[in-house]
Amino acid sequence: MRPEQTRLDRLSLTWRDPPGLWGFLTTVDHKRIAARYIVTALLLMFLAGMLALDMRWQLSTPENVRMGPQLYNESFSLHGSTMLFLVSVPVMEAMAFWLVPLMLGQRNMAFPRLGAFSYWLYLGGVLTLWISHALDITPDLGWFEYPPLSGPAYAPGHRADIWAQMITFTEVAALAASVNVAATILKMRPPGMTLARMPVFLWAMLVASIMTILSMPAIMLVTSMLIADRLVSTHFFSPAGGGDVLLFQHLFWFFGHPEVYIIFVPATGFVSAIVETFSRRPLFGHSVIVLAILSIGALAFGLWVHHMFAVGLPRLGNNFYTAASMAIALPAGLQIFCWIATIWSGRPWLATPMLWVIGFVTTFVIGGLSGVMTASAALDLQLTDSYFIVAHFHYVLVGGAMFPLFGAFCYWYPKATGRMMSERWGRIAFALIVGGFNLGFFPMHLLGLLGMPRRVYTYPAGMGWERLNQVATLGSVIAVAGGLVFVANALVCYWRGAPSGPDPWGGSTLEWAGEAPAPSWNLAYTPMVDSLTPMWNGAAPLRVADGVAIERREVLITSVTDADPLYRQKSASPSIWPLLSALAVSVMFIASIFTPWAIVVGAVPIGAALTGWFWPQRPRRNRG
Amino acid sequence: MMRIIVTGALLSLAGCQGIQSPLAPGGDQAAALHSLFLLMMGVCGVIYMLVLGGLGWSLWRARSASDAAVVPERGLWAVAIVIVVGLTVLIIGSFVADRAVFASRAHGAMIVRVTGHQWWWRIEYRDPATGRWIETANELHLPRDRTTRLALGSADVIHSFWVPNVAGKLDMIPGRRNILDLTPRRIGWFRGQCAEFCGTQHAHMALDVKVESAAAFDAWLATQARPAAAVASRGAAVFAGPCAACHTIRGTGASGRAGPDLTHLAARRSIAAGTLTMTRGNLQGWIAQPQALKPGTAMPSVPLSGPDADALATYLERLR
Repeated sequence: MRPEQTRLDRLSLTWRDPPGLWGFLTTVDHKRIAARYIVTALLLMFLAGMLALDMRWQLSTPENVRMGPQLYNESFSLHGSTMLFLVSVPVMEAMAFWLVPLMLGQRNMAFPRLGAFSYWLYLGGVLTLWISHALDITPDLGWFEYPPLSGPAYAPGHRADIWAQMITFTEVAALAASVNVAATILKMRPPGMTLARMPVFLWAMLVASIMTILSMPAIMLVTSMLIADRLVSTHFFSPAGGGDVLLFQHLFWFFGHPEVYIIFVPATGFVSAIVETFSRRPLFGHSVIVLAILSIGALAFGLWVHHMFAVGLPRLGNNFYTAASMAIALPAGLQIFCWIATIWSGRPWLATPMLWVIGFVTTFVIGGLSGVMTASAALDLQLTDSYFIVAHFHYVLVGGAMFPLFGAFCYWYPKATGRMMSERWGRIAFALIVGGFNLGFFPMHLLGLLGMPRRVYTYPAGMGWERLNQVATLGSVIAVAGGLVFVANALVCYWRGAPSGPDPWGGSTLEWAGEAPAPSWNLAYTPMVDSLTPMWNGAAPLRVADGVAIERREVLITSVTDADPLYRQKSASPSIWPLLSALAVSVMFIASIFTPWAIVVGAVPIGAALTGWFWPQRPRRNRG
Repeated sequence: MMRIIVTGALLSLAGCQGIQSPLAPGGDQAAALHSLFLLMMGVCGVIYMLVLGGLGWSLWRARSASDAAVVPERGLWAVAIVIVVGLTVLIIGSFVADRAVFASRAHGAMIVRVTGHQWWWRIEYRDPATGRWIETANELHLPRDRTTRLALGSADVIHSFWVPNVAGKLDMIPGRRNILDLTPRRIGWFRGQCAEFCGTQHAHMALDVKVESAAAFDAWLATQARPAAAVASRGAAVFAGPCAACHTIRGTGASGRAGPDLTHLAARRSIAAGTLTMTRGNLQGWIAQPQALKPGTAMPSVPLSGPDADALATYLERLR
């Protein structure tokens, strides 16, 4: 149903941002914020990819002296920290920010200003790490900085503190984002979208958000303890002072393992959405996939010890973690079966998003199976900290999360821009990235089995590692070339792509109901949902309801399980306070690298900014 | 296709090389892990083929079939059963291998203390004659067919002891002592390497391992137990200057503890924890330019005159 123009004009007036720079700084539009997140994360992915190429170049010949140990150690630390903390997790949150309100037919997130705050704080973390790199105080101890190596005795200077505070930044931002996503999904579903009618994508984002909320406090705690050890000599991790170095590892991996699934679970949401649309049939085994996601979310918290099989914990205990880790293969395997069965019983259309799903299955399953191998407490003693593990986690994170992300990017690109990406160049990018990735990373399994440890800046000749390292370097060059083609395709089509219309793929869920590019108010009316695939109701138009105000910012709040309409709620308007608050928090975080007094003094501007943010607004004069 | 070629090439390569490879086991512990690895490869390989086959079939079927079909629910159960059975086999296999690796072999095992340092290994044997600890560095000798119990510790940060041909790795953690039993079965030289990132020169923290017959081992240990012969040479005088502050040569006044014990330095296979092979040229190069060869090492560059350097090398070369 095409809404009348006066309604659209009114909505546009209500939901527009102030013009110019002020609008840029104050916006609370979830799509603008998400786009910023995505662009920032892609830019960082490019930079961290360049670091990877540099390292591959270094390793292409034995005893290479092109990079010294310090530069190499900085490179892999920056690569890993960026990819894990600043790319993978935030980009998944960004996809949730962008898609969740659209898929719910809502006009914004539950907490619009908190969304803006998340991004600004995330940006603070990005700048902290990368400006430090520009100033040559790059963290150089890997993406998990185990004490005592990162403690005051062995890591003088501020490199380790910068790493730890970068984490605090991104984790506060991630917590804020997750609360926002979870509240939106639970309380703002359109009438009729009961929990049983919720698309897998939303389940995935909900579970990932809850996992973030439960796991992130562990890492914030542990990095804060590390900083306290370094700044005020607390001895949490120094054996000589009664501390324990393994405490760090337990707390780190209590977060670190769920983090892998915080990255992977949203990817299963992308895959489910793409498979459904491009198989042109409702997803087979919807409830199986949802239960699988829920059980992965729960199991993920009971596996962290499999990162620590070589530290010398009691063997019997280790074997319980082996069983728990391997158990994840059951829900993961059932999910994959459901996707394949959907393709089997549908009429698949092999457009680029679907190609990425095929690339995902063929690549990710290798990572999953090598994960089963490393989950064995015994076998892991030969595999962990070798190149086998490097291959394994790249297969899981790139094959399991980035390939679906690229597919999702191609799939939802028309909704964001109103234009199609080139299929031809999309296929070329797909072939280069998937081919290059496998050529680059498969040999690393073998390098690990030939005894090459990870995190070495060079290696002696005659170990049988030369040729494999050359192949790995070649593969990574091809994959990066593919990445450039992908980005170029996205950029060129932003201006030159064929117009897409609102629903080029015949999608099944509500985000396809509105215009493309999605306007600032998303949908003109509130949709009414009566199935899992509300856009596939034969030829009948989508049922909609009116009632949510158009002359002021308002959203509909519904009940958690049945999505019964409860009340209309005011939705926050653009504001500068999220930016100012993020700025105040950033100043405190950065200053606390240098002095503990920063926490005391820095609390004042934070308090002032938050007071401004939450200052009660006067009741409207015309009310009553 | 590429993948298969690469795999084949590599596995054949592993057979002939492999002085640092889990694929060429030379001891009980590594052999148990290798068997487990083969079991894993078998089960995982079959599952991967099933997934690829299923995906391929689905895509191929879609080209021929015209209308949507119904997936039998039984398929889901079949997949669940296959996964559960596969996992059960692997979990039991893993448990059995773990028991085999960590089975107590303590009775009569020789205890060797290995301590990680940034970036070298302090190794201590007990002298069978006197019962005192004797020290060496960066080269571990093991008697074949006997179990040696390593007591692993660290003097500074976390390191990880990994000699893949003999056993899996175990971390060396400050404030803790980990126990690793090794039962080598194959005579020869192997190589180990620190597996936990331990700072700037993590890449140059390797270890030579020699497995030899019990008789050869006993002879080696008896040699190690002896102090160096006291000589009054120019080289000894040079050593007594700057070097003795950090290095010990038993039988002389040199008793520094910061660096490796050099009593029988020249009998070792390599210099600076596997960084250079033991030759006179390398030895002189290492003394002259340690920071160029292993940037960040605790060993300082000591300026020596040409004749002094020469005399020092001659002296060290005789420490056999």
